[in-house]
Amino acid sequence: MSFAPFAVAAWLFVIGLYGIVTSRHLIHLVICLSVVQSSTYVLLLAIGYRTGAAAPIFVDTKPGAPAVDPVVQALTLTDVVVGATVSALLLALAVQVHKASGTFDPDELDTLRG
Amino acid sequence: MEILQGMTLLFVAVSATGVVLTREPLAQAIMVSFYGIILGILFFVFQAPDVALSQIVVGAVALPLMILLALAKARGHAE
Amino acid sequence: MSLASRRTVFLVAAVGFAALFLWGLAGLPDFGAYDGVYGETLNRVALRQRHATNLVAAVTFDYRGFDTMGEEYILFAAVVGVAILMRAQRDEEEDAPDDDARDRLTPRTSDAVRVLGLGVFGPIVLFGIYVVAHGHLTPGGGFQGGVVLATGVVLVYLAGRYSALRGITPGASAEFAEAAGAAGYVGVGLLGLLASGTFLFNWLPFGTTGLLTSAGMIPFINLFVGLEVAGGFVLILTEFLEQTLVVREVDSGGPEGKRERDRS
Repeated sequence: MSFAPFAVAAWLFVIGLYGIVTSRHLIHLVICLSVVQSSTYVLLLAIGYRTGAAAPIFVDTKPGAPAVDPVVQALTLTDVVVGATVSALLLALAVQVHKASGTFDPDELDTLRG
Repeated sequence: MEILQGMTLLFVAVSATGVVLTREPLAQAIMVSFYGIILGILFFVFQAPDVALSQIVVGAVALPLMILLALAKARGHAE
Repeated sequence: MSLASRRTVFLVAAVGFAALFLWGLAGLPDFGAYDGVYGETLNRVALRQRHATNLVAAVTFDYRGFDTMGEEYILFAAVVGVAILMRAQRDEEEDAPDDDARDRLTPRTSDAVRVLGLGVFGPIVLFGIYVVAHGHLTPGGGFQGGVVLATGVVLVYLAGRYSALRGITPGASAEFAEAAGAAGYVGVGLLGLLASGTFLFNWLPFGTTGLLTSAGMIPFINLFVGLEVAGGFVLILTEFLEQTLVVREVDSGGPEGKRERDRS
C-alpha cells in the first residue's frame, strides 16, 4: 500500500501516453492527454497525504492537529479547472482540423494545407 | 480507510485503462465521465475535498459535454 | 510508420520510462509518511494569520496568489483561443439555430427533461453562488463554484433550446464576466500595491474566523475567480454549441450549405 499510489500515477502516465501514440482519432488523443494529466494529480495528492490526518479545513479541528498538505491540493485544484479549458482549446483545434480535411485521423493528415 | 484507498486506486487504474482503450469516441465520452467521478472519489479519500469537488464538476460534467459537442459538430459536418 | 512498428517502438520506450519513473518515485517518502515543511508550517500558522478555515483557499488565493493569477491567465488565454477558433470563419455564415428550424434535425426535448431541468436550474445556480462565496470557509471556491454556475446555465439549453440559452446570456455577457473576473483579480492585486506597496497584499481586516466576511481579500479574489471561470466555461460551451447548431459552411456544397440555399 505504501507504494501503490505512486505506481498508479506512473501507470496513468504510461497508459495515457500509449493511447496518444496509438491514437487514430484526434478527440481520442485529447482525452488520452487528459488521462496523462490526471497522473500528476494523483502523484501530487499522494505526496501530500499523511496517514490518519484530516483534510486541511480547520472548522472543528485546532491548528496544529495533523492535516494533509494544503499546498499540493492548491496546486492540483487550479490545474484541474485550467486543464479542462486547455482541453477545450485542443478540442476546438480538432474540430477545425476536421472541417479543413474531413478527418479526425492524424495519420491521414499527411500534408498541412494553408 | 486503507482498504478504501486501495480499492479506489485500483478502480482509477482500471477505468483509466478503459478510457484509453475505448476507441469509439462517443462511448469514450461516457467513459471519461465515469473516470472523472472515480478520480473525484479518490481525491476525497485522499482528504482533498476541494480538489474532489473541482474534479467532479469538471471531469464528470464539463469535459464530457465539450467532447460530445465537438463530436456532434463533426457528425453534422460529415453528413 | 505502421501501427505495429509504432507500438513496438513505444513499448521499448515505455518500459524504460516506467522503470526510470518508478525508480525516481521510490526515492519519495512512503505514502502517508508525509514530512514536508510548507504544509506542516501552514497547518500550524495559517489559521491564525489569515482567519480562513479552508487552508487550501488561503494557499491558493493568498500565499500563492500571484501564481494563481498566472494560472487564471492560462485559463483566460485558452478561452480566448476557443472563441477565436470557433467563431464563424471567412467561408462560413451563421444560420438560425438547428433546433429552432422547422425541419429540426434534433428530436424534441421530452417534457420530463424540461421540467427537471427548469426545476433544478435555480438550486444549481444558488449552489454555485454558495460554493463561490464560502470558498474561504469550507471546500469550494471560485474555481469549483464557477464551473457549477456554468453547468447551470448549460442546463437551460438542455431543458429548452439554444435561443433560450442565448436569452439568459444576452450579448457579450459571458465575455464580459470573463474579462471582468480577470481584470478584477489584477485590480485586487493593485489595491494591495497601493495600500502597502506589495502586489496582492491582503490588507483588509481579517475579521472573525468562520464568518463570511473573514479572511480579508480572499473572498473578493474568490468572487472574481468565480466570475471568470463561470464566464469562461459558459463562453466555451456556447461557442461549441454555436459551432454545432448555428455556423454553416457557405461554398463547400455540403448538404447543409445546399439546404440553406434551397430554403432561401
